[in-house]
Amino acid sequence: MDAIFLQILNGLDKGGAYALIALGLTLVFGTLGVVNFAHGALFMLGAFCSVSFYKLLTLSKQVKDESITFFDAFKEQPYLEIWFGDYGTAIIDYAVPLSILFAIPVMLLIGLIMERGLIRHFYKRTHAEQILVTFGLAIVLQELIKSFFGANPIPMPPPEIVSGSAPIGALFGLGESVVYPWWRLIYLAFSGIVIAAVFAFLNMTTYGMVVRAGMMDRETVGLLGIDVERRFTVVFGLAAVVTGLAGVMYAPILPPDYHMGMDFLVLSFVVVVVGGMGSLGGAVAAGFLLGILQSFASMNEIKSIFPGIDQIIIYLVAVIILLVRPRGLLGREGVMED
Amino acid sequence: MKAPTIKNDILVMLIFSAVILSMPIWLEPLGASYPDLLQKFAIFGIFAVGYNILFGLTGYLSFGHAAFLGVGSYTAVWSFKLLTMNIFPAIIFSVLLSGLFALLIGFITLRRSGIYFSILTLAFAQMFYNLAYSVLTPITNGETGLQLARTDPRVIDRLFSEAGEGLPSTDFFGLAMSGYSGFYVCAIILIVAFFISQRIFHSPFGIKLRAIKSNQTRMKYTGYSTRPYLLTAFVISGMYAGLAGGLMAATDPLAGAERMQWTASGEVVLMTILGGVGTLIGPMLGVGIIKYFENIFSALNEQGLHQAYSFMPDWLSNILVPMTSPFVGEGWHLTLGALFVFIVVFLPGGIMEGIDMIKKLFSKKSSEPDFEPIEKKTTPESGK
Repeated sequence: MDAIFLQILNGLDKGGAYALIALGLTLVFGTLGVVNFAHGALFMLGAFCSVSFYKLLTLSKQVKDESITFFDAFKEQPYLEIWFGDYGTAIIDYAVPLSILFAIPVMLLIGLIMERGLIRHFYKRTHAEQILVTFGLAIVLQELIKSFFGANPIPMPPPEIVSGSAPIGALFGLGESVVYPWWRLIYLAFSGIVIAAVFAFLNMTTYGMVVRAGMMDRETVGLLGIDVERRFTVVFGLAAVVTGLAGVMYAPILPPDYHMGMDFLVLSFVVVVVGGMGSLGGAVAAGFLLGILQSFASMNEIKSIFPGIDQIIIYLVAVIILLVRPRGLLGREGVMED
Repeated sequence: MKAPTIKNDILVMLIFSAVILSMPIWLEPLGASYPDLLQKFAIFGIFAVGYNILFGLTGYLSFGHAAFLGVGSYTAVWSFKLLTMNIFPAIIFSVLLSGLFALLIGFITLRRSGIYFSILTLAFAQMFYNLAYSVLTPITNGETGLQLARTDPRVIDRLFSEAGEGLPSTDFFGLAMSGYSGFYVCAIILIVAFFISQRIFHSPFGIKLRAIKSNQTRMKYTGYSTRPYLLTAFVISGMYAGLAGGLMAATDPLAGAERMQWTASGEVVLMTILGGVGTLIGPMLGVGIIKYFENIFSALNEQGLHQAYSFMPDWLSNILVPMTSPFVGEGWHLTLGALFVFIVVFLPGGIMEGIDMIKKLFSKKSSEPDFEPIEKKTTPESGK
């Protein structure tokens, strides 16, 4: 029972990441009709937003270490600590959550530039060409990151106060031994909030209504005198922000390195096709579903029956879904069914 | 396109063979005439030529061909370990086994088309890759990669001779697979592979594949079932990939799972695109250019750049070196990615399209009304 509960939690927080990335991907696909292979790179850029924000906060100068008196010793002290004392230390401690504020404008800007600069010219081209050009872009982005930050993963600490584990077993009356890292719980809650915010934006604002209408029938919306193109650019920016935020908060879970985007790209595509191309709800549902399936498949009991199942379960599910239910779990009729 | 005649084909074939076989000579001044690189040209050439049969003719974009390359490599190394160091059986086995895998995967993935096909092949490639790293370690030796060992049985070799000291090396009936002789073996296989691909391009089968690319529905209405043709093309290109994988293991008997990663499939897509999708020579050109520059660029560092710019005035080279240094050495992939974007945006037909454009430019000046393609006449400017 305890083990199953833990696996569900595990699956949910992994699923949170999948759902966020897939949500961004399917937003782009549903509105612009563009298959974006650079989407994983956006996730990676998000994670590196938090890295660079952390580096920015910890810019430091050498000061004399007064605890050592035998000789002149120097240590690095961040400017923030010098200027603000303990407050500075606290700010650095909260670097990852704070970098959300930094990441939103940066990712929005990156998204807008990408759409205006490159993606826009590919609306009318074939899917194969879209895949190819965005794949090239993804390589460029990841190599740029590599040349700035190096090839090694950069560990990012979560804030001190949540670096431990939550006694979640005691909370739910499952036994003291069931504990779970705080940060992963926070990630789960965070992804829930972001998903809710995106849905609220699309369903409750006029702007979102127009975007949804554009997804349904782009031409009519255009004929009504609405500048659909501009709205879609904004949607691309929004998708970049959502994906970037998924990356920012994921940094303490998985130390960011330059090829994490490519690893997540394939997964997120799988999630999107399982959920149904262009279906936002489907992407979220499939994200959590696949996350949970994956974490159950990595249980020892199941691995002993089907060796290696944990490595391939997601792809296997995708293959089966694509073959028996061509439009995915919640896909709309008529959207990309060939 | 001019109608291909047998005479033309033979001419192309002869020129191609001559160019390939004389590579060690004419690549000498370019600084690329050493066996390692030449072998790579030939092997990746086979890979790209085969990939082009699927992608170029049918337009089905597969991201899973690296898996077949990997299957070929592993099979070949196992054949070296168990049977003999002669590459002949190794290559036969790699082609057959990768063909079998291609048949299996193609049968499933070809049920869908377009982006779904791409994602399905991607999913299969990822499955292979993950399995090779985890459960299949007894076969693939996981992260270390599959290597030869002195204690391998090599039953056929043992029939003729005793096990020698040290690791044996691969050969083709006595012809060593390292150095120039290795290149010539690969080159001859490439020429045969190219010949087969040429025959496919100009056969009724090839025309049917092209018909699938241009309009699959219409093809179906004409009464053809498209899937057998697609599957055949898929299996053929899978076998080419397996052949390339087998040769890769033959020139360097080591097989690692990273060869199967989906980004490796991306590389062959890139080569094909760069040269020109759906053209005969294009993929070969793409391979040559990418492998050549990979070799040159990834060896360059800042000093090398300074030397390369030494003919320029100092102030200019001092500006250019920091500007270009992120693109060479470790950053070679950056150049590759940028090139990729550039090609897809501006020259979707690859280098072959570029050559055609230049040709047209010149032929227009000399003899205008004589050689106008039919599509041109329907455009508004020439229709007046």
